[in-house]
Amino acid sequence: MRFIGAILFTAIAGLIFVASFTATVSAQDEPLVGPKPPVVVKPMESHIGNITGHAADAKSDYRRYCAGCHGDYGDANGENAVWLDPKPRDFTIATFKCRSTLTGTLPTDEDLFNTIGRGITNSNMPIWNVFTKQQRANLVAYIKIFSPRWEHEKAGTPITIPPEPPVTIESISHGQALFAKLECWKCHGTHGEGDGPSASTLTDSKDNPIRPYNFALGGKDSRFKCGSTNEDIYKIFMTGVDGTPMPSFADVIQPNDAWDLVHFLRTLQVHRHSKENEVLTAAHGVIPPYVNKNPPPAADTNKAPGGGQ
Amino acid sequence: MRTNKILVALLTLLVCPSLMLAGTVSGKVTYTGTPAHQKPIDMSKEPSCAKQHATPISTETVVTGANNALDNVVVYVSAGATDEGQVPAQAITYTQKGCQYIPHVLPMHVNQEFDIINDDQTSHNIHPLPKVNTEWNKSQPPGTPPIKEKYDKPEFIEVKCNIHPWMHGWFVVLKTSHYDLSKEGGDFKLPNLPPGKYTITAWHEKYGTQTADVTITGNETKDVNFTFKATAY
Repeated sequence: MRFIGAILFTAIAGLIFVASFTATVSAQDEPLVGPKPPVVVKPMESHIGNITGHAADAKSDYRRYCAGCHGDYGDANGENAVWLDPKPRDFTIATFKCRSTLTGTLPTDEDLFNTIGRGITNSNMPIWNVFTKQQRANLVAYIKIFSPRWEHEKAGTPITIPPEPPVTIESISHGQALFAKLECWKCHGTHGEGDGPSASTLTDSKDNPIRPYNFALGGKDSRFKCGSTNEDIYKIFMTGVDGTPMPSFADVIQPNDAWDLVHFLRTLQVHRHSKENEVLTAAHGVIPPYVNKNPPPAADTNKAPGGGQ
Repeated sequence: MRTNKILVALLTLLVCPSLMLAGTVSGKVTYTGTPAHQKPIDMSKEPSCAKQHATPISTETVVTGANNALDNVVVYVSAGATDEGQVPAQAITYTQKGCQYIPHVLPMHVNQEFDIINDDQTSHNIHPLPKVNTEWNKSQPPGTPPIKEKYDKPEFIEVKCNIHPWMHGWFVVLKTSHYDLSKEGGDFKLPNLPPGKYTITAWHEKYGTQTADVTITGNETKDVNFTFKATAY
């Protein structure tokens, strides 16, 4: 009897021990158990042309089409996010890649609207042309509920883009000189193949490895992350791709020089049908060295003309 | 005449008592244990920077001096300061030279303007990584003017250059100008503290923070020392 009693005692003591252990564990895990608090849909709006988007109207579309990657809470922690490279945008920090506005500022509603419609090439963000314009506008409003920045800050002012000058071999040549001078090749490589000396070390702002854009890889209609037109390329390097290593050059490139850089960058897309590649072919595929025809009038004038950049 | 002078003196006393009585907190920051070994930086990919250093410089995550002195610690008044919002007018500078940030840690007041300078023959991109303030990323080729910036919220912000991945520094944005950076043997000094109770915080990028409470009653110097526990990794 006494022996059985001892066994019983040990068993009960053991059970109590295990129970208390389980209790501690579940207490620690408590925040993970049960439903998360619901998302508070603030009455945010977006304005694209004459369309007004309302956050409340995008709730089901966001859950159906966006939350899988961007997460119910907009924090880029959707259930697919772990499998994606590059990672989805985290709307809680309101840092956006594709903007017409200066680095560090919020994008315009139109910028976000265009990103949804265009998708982001070389990423898992598809072209959402299944949505109506109203649905897209509503989603633009919806992603504003995740960051308080949208309540305290206004969107940045879009940069001014002068009219594009004609594509000439001189323009391409000056663009090439700028590409060298501004050291774009440090990341993008001398032939724009994304293989510059710093390329292998690059990380985004969340410390995930990231590759510089490979201009040469695309086909006949190759696109950039933030668009496909010459104006889109202009915006990309002038405003920077926020959240990535690509900085803004707005303070260091003059507006007209920027167009020359655009023309050169087009020639790096070797398979693409473009005016720039036609001009280059007409010049037998050779970009002449850049000759500065308008040296600055200051102290530099006594230097030999053609000193270049 | 004489009464006038007395009046002025009295007025001065009334208006700025802090000018009359101001204490100082000073001391030394040291470490115990073995600090992490700093690795030499290979700058061969950037010859214009590599040639500026006769011997390769090392990473600056932990910089120590003689007698266990710990450098690059920001010592500041974290509670009790009365100068919140009094933004200093003088410009402070953050220089990129030899592919290194000088200083490695730049403390500043909220909304204080600072100049970022490129003294190198290569392009840098200045990419601070704030979580609370706004993130931006700007290119600065050689010979371009300084970039003027400021931050409107207190935060410890890591700074990097994506082109030169070894470049690493900090912006420390504080609600006060009562700060100092420990250097030259771990010494720091916080002068011009009006009488009052203060919390002094010492922050190191790897070893975290420590605090101490002091009370300043008049023209006095209070000794406060901080000792961080160094870890090898």
